Amino acid sequence: MAAPLVELRGIAKTYGRGEAAVHALTDTDLQVYPGQVVGLLGPSGSGKTTLLNLIGCIVEPTRGRLDLDGETVYDGRWLRSDLRRLRLEKIGFIFQFHNLLPFLTAEENVAVALDLAGVPGAEARRRARALLDYLEVGHRSATLPSRLSGGEAQRVAIARALANRPRIILADEPTAALDSGRAAMVMDLLRRLAIEQQAAILVVTHDETIFGRFDGTVTLRDGRVVPNG
Amino acid sequence: MNLALRDVRHNLGRFLLTCLGLSLLLGVVLSMIGIYRGLVDEALTLVRAPGADLWIVESGTRGPFAEASRIPGDTRDAVARLAGVAAAGSLTFQSVETAHRGRTLRLYVVGYEQGRPGEPKRLAAGRPITRSHYEMLAERRAGLEIGERVRLGRDFYEVVGLTEGIVASGGDPVVHLTLKDSQRLQFELDPPAARRELARGASPAGLDTVNAVVARMLPGVPAAGVAAEAARWKHLGALTQEDQEGLLLKSVVEKARRQIGLFTGILLAVSAVVIALILYTLTMDKVKAIATLKLIGAPDRTIVALIVQQALAMGSIGWGTGTLLILLAKDHFPRRLLLLPEDALMLGAAVLVLCVAASGLGVRLALKVDPATALGG
Repeated sequence: MAAPLVELRGIAKTYGRGEAAVHALTDTDLQVYPGQVVGLLGPSGSGKTTLLNLIGCIVEPTRGRLDLDGETVYDGRWLRSDLRRLRLEKIGFIFQFHNLLPFLTAEENVAVALDLAGVPGAEARRRARALLDYLEVGHRSATLPSRLSGGEAQRVAIARALANRPRIILADEPTAALDSGRAAMVMDLLRRLAIEQQAAILVVTHDETIFGRFDGTVTLRDGRVVPNG
Repeated sequence: MNLALRDVRHNLGRFLLTCLGLSLLLGVVLSMIGIYRGLVDEALTLVRAPGADLWIVESGTRGPFAEASRIPGDTRDAVARLAGVAAAGSLTFQSVETAHRGRTLRLYVVGYEQGRPGEPKRLAAGRPITRSHYEMLAERRAGLEIGERVRLGRDFYEVVGLTEGIVASGGDPVVHLTLKDSQRLQFELDPPAARRELARGASPAGLDTVNAVVARMLPGVPAAGVAAEAARWKHLGALTQEDQEGLLLKSVVEKARRQIGLFTGILLAVSAVVIALILYTLTMDKVKAIATLKLIGAPDRTIVALIVQQALAMGSIGWGTGTLLILLAKDHFPRRLLLLPEDALMLGAAVLVLCVAASGLGVRLALKVDPATALGG
């Protein structure tokens, strides 16, 4: 079996100190392999978003070790100085409410991620158009997010997440704002991407209708991983 | 990809409205500077009009523009005989208000001797005064036409020529009369008052008094030396042209300069606060977008550029439009508005600096935005 793209060993996160300390995540181990779509389940406040923030290198763990795409990025301290670059190159984010930049067209929303990675303008636009075509929203490339339907906007957001061909995709409630038909379509799309691009996809969700579409699930409760079954 | 430009394009109406507001504010700042420049220029116009090197005034006074100055009319002969003096001429200065064509007309009357220093050098229309009495030259802004008769004091004067650009420091248009006419206008008593004076045994008041004598030097003769010579007469004071201009600016314009300077400073401060608040609000509106940009890997410089470029665009458009508005409106101001390119450029530079400084608040907010805000709805 290939090496995991995401590997957490004994990762913990505590907010505050002393009596005011809140243990948001306690000694968490997790492996997500290329081609896998893993569901992150649990009630509100169980630590799902904290876990996503830790893997996304937005929040610093209190202890433990974090490996992304074969590189140890945290082991008691950050081992990479440029976490912004790490996110840009290795991680794609998909949000609950698509979070497209309202002042950019669909094509520009995708191209901006490429632009930030240093891809020249014309090439960025070409790749953005290709991605939108791949996700079957190419015909809406010149449209502002406010004029896209929920499903279209989410597919544009997925295109942006894929723009720099990340090996790891973190999706936070990607189907929450969609009806069940469109939610199923988005999940099928993520599954296709995981297989075709050999990416590891971690999906935080409360949506029970998509529970069956994961390769595996991790359930969190009170900051701890609850054994499945 | 220029994010600032695209954000502006997306909120074009709001952005242009903000720019318009700012342009009006900056237009007011520029007009205040223009009013000050106009004030100085107009004040100096009258002092410079005679083309004098030396001003002889009443001893102990600072000349006819700062305070009352009266000297005997024969002073001109004495001054003309001083070594180094090429020509001298007597002048009177007086503000008058008269009713004309159903409106009140405020004028500044200058009396001069024909063919001597103090005579207007150039006429915009008409002819010079050729008769000894009852003719006048009027500045265009008085709104008088050639051939019109205007009552000044007890007599009517006919406008025979028009001058241009000669106004008093208060902005009143200047009219020129012969020295004799102006002396009568200024010093002659009304008949009832004259009869009363005679009845109480006073000697009839002499009219041969002037407010100042101006002199031109021979080439190469320094005015300061002749001024020192003239000042030896106890009843006279002497000022060089530079002294006179300096005094005028200090006594007449200084307070206005400070007032306008303070007002301009306040307006610039208000502009800075307005720009800062606008940018802060615009940044607040973009917190989610900024968090998303940070999360997907945008460096701080991209975020800072988004805010600072918008601030600079706002400042530039506001300044450009404000300058254009004032250029179009400047002739409709009641007093002269003198717009100098260097003032407009200085204001432009100040606005750009203000914009960068004012964007600090927005930049600070943007840099504090947590990328995690983008997650979790």
